[in-house]
Amino acid sequence: MAEKILEIRNLTTGFLTDGGMVKATDRVSLDIEKGKTLCVVGESGSGKSVTALSVMRLIEYAGGMITEGEARFDKQDLVQKSQLDMLNIRGSRIAMIFQDPMSALNPVFTVGEQIAESLRTHKRLSKKEAWRQSVDMLRRVRIPDPEIRARQYPHEMSGGMCQRVVIAMALACNPELLIADEPTSALDVTVQAQILELLLQLKQEFRMSMLLITHDMGVAAEVADRITVMYAGAVVEEGTAADIFERPRHPYTIGLLQSIPGLEGERGGELYTIRGAIPPLSNIPPGCRFHPRCLYAMDLCRTNEPPLRRSLSGHMAACWLDDTGAEDPRPGNPNNRETKVTIGNRPEVTFP
Amino acid sequence: MKHEYLLEARHVTKYFPITTGLFNRVVGHVKAVDDVSLGIRSGETFGLVGESGCGKSTLARVLLKLKKATGGDIRFEGRDIEQVSSSDLRKLRQEMQIIFQDPFGSLNPRFLIKDVIAEPLRTHRKMSAKEIDYRVVELMELVGLDVSRRNRYPHEFSGGQRQRVGIARAIALNPKFIVADEAVSALDVSVQSQVLNLLQKLQKDLGLTYLFIAHGLNVVRHISDRVGVMYLGKLVEVARTEELFAHPRHPYTKVLLSAIPKPSPHRTTERIILDGDVPSPANPPSGCRFHTRCPYAQEKCATAEPLLEPTGDDRQVACHFPL
Ligand SMILES: Nc1ncnc2c1ncn2[C@@H]1O[C@H](COP(=O)(O)OP(=O)(O)O)[C@@H](O)[C@H]1O
Ligand code: SF4
Ligand code: SF4
Ligand SMILES: [Mg+2]
Repeated sequence: MAEKILEIRNLTTGFLTDGGMVKATDRVSLDIEKGKTLCVVGESGSGKSVTALSVMRLIEYAGGMITEGEARFDKQDLVQKSQLDMLNIRGSRIAMIFQDPMSALNPVFTVGEQIAESLRTHKRLSKKEAWRQSVDMLRRVRIPDPEIRARQYPHEMSGGMCQRVVIAMALACNPELLIADEPTSALDVTVQAQILELLLQLKQEFRMSMLLITHDMGVAAEVADRITVMYAGAVVEEGTAADIFERPRHPYTIGLLQSIPGLEGERGGELYTIRGAIPPLSNIPPGCRFHPRCLYAMDLCRTNEPPLRRSLSGHMAACWLDDTGAEDPRPGNPNNRETKVTIGNRPEVTFP
Repeated sequence: MKHEYLLEARHVTKYFPITTGLFNRVVGHVKAVDDVSLGIRSGETFGLVGESGCGKSTLARVLLKLKKATGGDIRFEGRDIEQVSSSDLRKLRQEMQIIFQDPFGSLNPRFLIKDVIAEPLRTHRKMSAKEIDYRVVELMELVGLDVSRRNRYPHEFSGGQRQRVGIARAIALNPKFIVADEAVSALDVSVQSQVLNLLQKLQKDLGLTYLFIAHGLNVVRHISDRVGVMYLGKLVEVARTEELFAHPRHPYTKVLLSAIPKPSPHRTTERIILDGDVPSPANPPSGCRFHTRCPYAQEKCATAEPLLEPTGDDRQVACHFPL
């Protein structure tokens, strides 16, 4: 088994609302192998950002509370760390970037000063050395004329350039894990291509592992070694890009992929739609959380939650259909006869 | 009289002055839309793509006369929209509608949903309260909203439902032409497909013509009959959708299409990555505006501006060396 940089087990994060405690993530388990990229995909509100912020322990500052589970980073459980310890880990060993680069940049300092500052908080460096390394980082994120750019303010740069600066800042201390939450979602498609390419190159250069959050299945297909699909706060499927795109097993994943208009072939007809809508967190359906929208829901699905099960090839799905041994009624992908092993400690349910 | 185009724009420009200092001295112009000509056929969906800042929304607003063009002329059903009388302008305003990304951006949040939908009727039509109620119910049914929720507030509606409200407002006055400016771009995939289906159904049932602006190229491909590609204020290619996506002829179109991340584990086309940023529209490059980044640029491109010219097959390209 390859070494894991991050192992999340049953991570549950809640928010206190007027109507009581709601779970934004519910027993989320996922692993990232050293040097690999895991993409977490899902629609808004599925709990992608909450998962990332919980790992960073920033969720406490957003009003959330981790109520269960672990996030083991290099064998230490981050959930148990003090915020003081986390302060040292954040930015030096785990770095995070967000959708809006402007929110991470200070408008009144030059970008060179900001990178130098972040270097100096984590490493003991002279001012001059910090500046030199800061210019070097701008070069490494392929910003042209880094000496000149270092003296500019964020507002003098385009969105794409700002995201490069934020990446430079994040990587300045050579983190082992980079968490990127929708890093290209606000960018135009050609700029997105530049940034994704850059991230992939830097991942090699800096020997990092990456957790990339995106709502865009295309982005996940381009960069992921493995993909985790979340729905309404829970992981419903996980596998390689080929598993997810060619042999999806969870009806939600299948429906989501079918709803995306294609770039070739037939066009213009009625699009496939998943019936109904995403449930609010305060009202997650019992049993399988997808059952009110699922075309294949059975009685069992309405009462019992399907555990996330792993096939021998490592492809995981949380769906009762996956184990019935009946002919798979879903289009295209009969894959339900692989041997399953239940992982983690999601509820053990005896099969009727 | 039957016109080939419902809406036709010729040599349309829109410049925004750049001012500095105390006296608002004009020091230059942002050429947001620069000499664009296009025709939108009755009943079709014309998609408009290009990166942010390239002039898509400005062009749409100029076409709707929400902004005044700096130059050129625009005809709606053959009539020059600059020349219409003020009573005809009122009529024109009803025929042309727009749906935004955030349908409630400028609305009073204390309006009930039924009032939000009724607003265009109250402004433009002499209708009794009862007639308005009746029409609101009809519109809500048309766009797939639960009529029993008409006395609720906008914040109680999800993103997809709010967009349906935006659509109900847009069709309230029986328009002929609707601009959808990033109308589905903020929606999640599963909601987006529902709203796209609705837009297509309404087009069929009500005989609408759409100008569909979106940065999601797969969505534009799905819904559009023809697509125009803009770069730095210029229209650089117009073609039927299938052909444009299968065989882009302008280098910028090719680059744009190659950059789309495909939801498939096997990439079949090579991704072309451009260097640097889009130049400023206040100071666009000479000759072909794409020449500073074009992988196919030759000497001529830096000096001579290519015009948008028909290449046959219902296609127009603005390039000296089309692919
Ligand atoms: N500070 C907060 N207070 C209450 N609920 C929150 C807060 N932050 C996030 N949530 C809720 O948690 C859920 C998951 O959100 P998020 O992780 O941001 O989803 P995603 O990143 O997948 O779009 C959402 O329903 C969101 O409204
Ligand atoms: S467990 Fe049942 S309801 Fe849930 S996805 Fe599978 S078949 Fe559908
Ligand atoms: S005219 Fe020249 S620079 Fe412009 S797109 Fe064509 S080949 Fe490229
Ligand atoms: Mg998020």
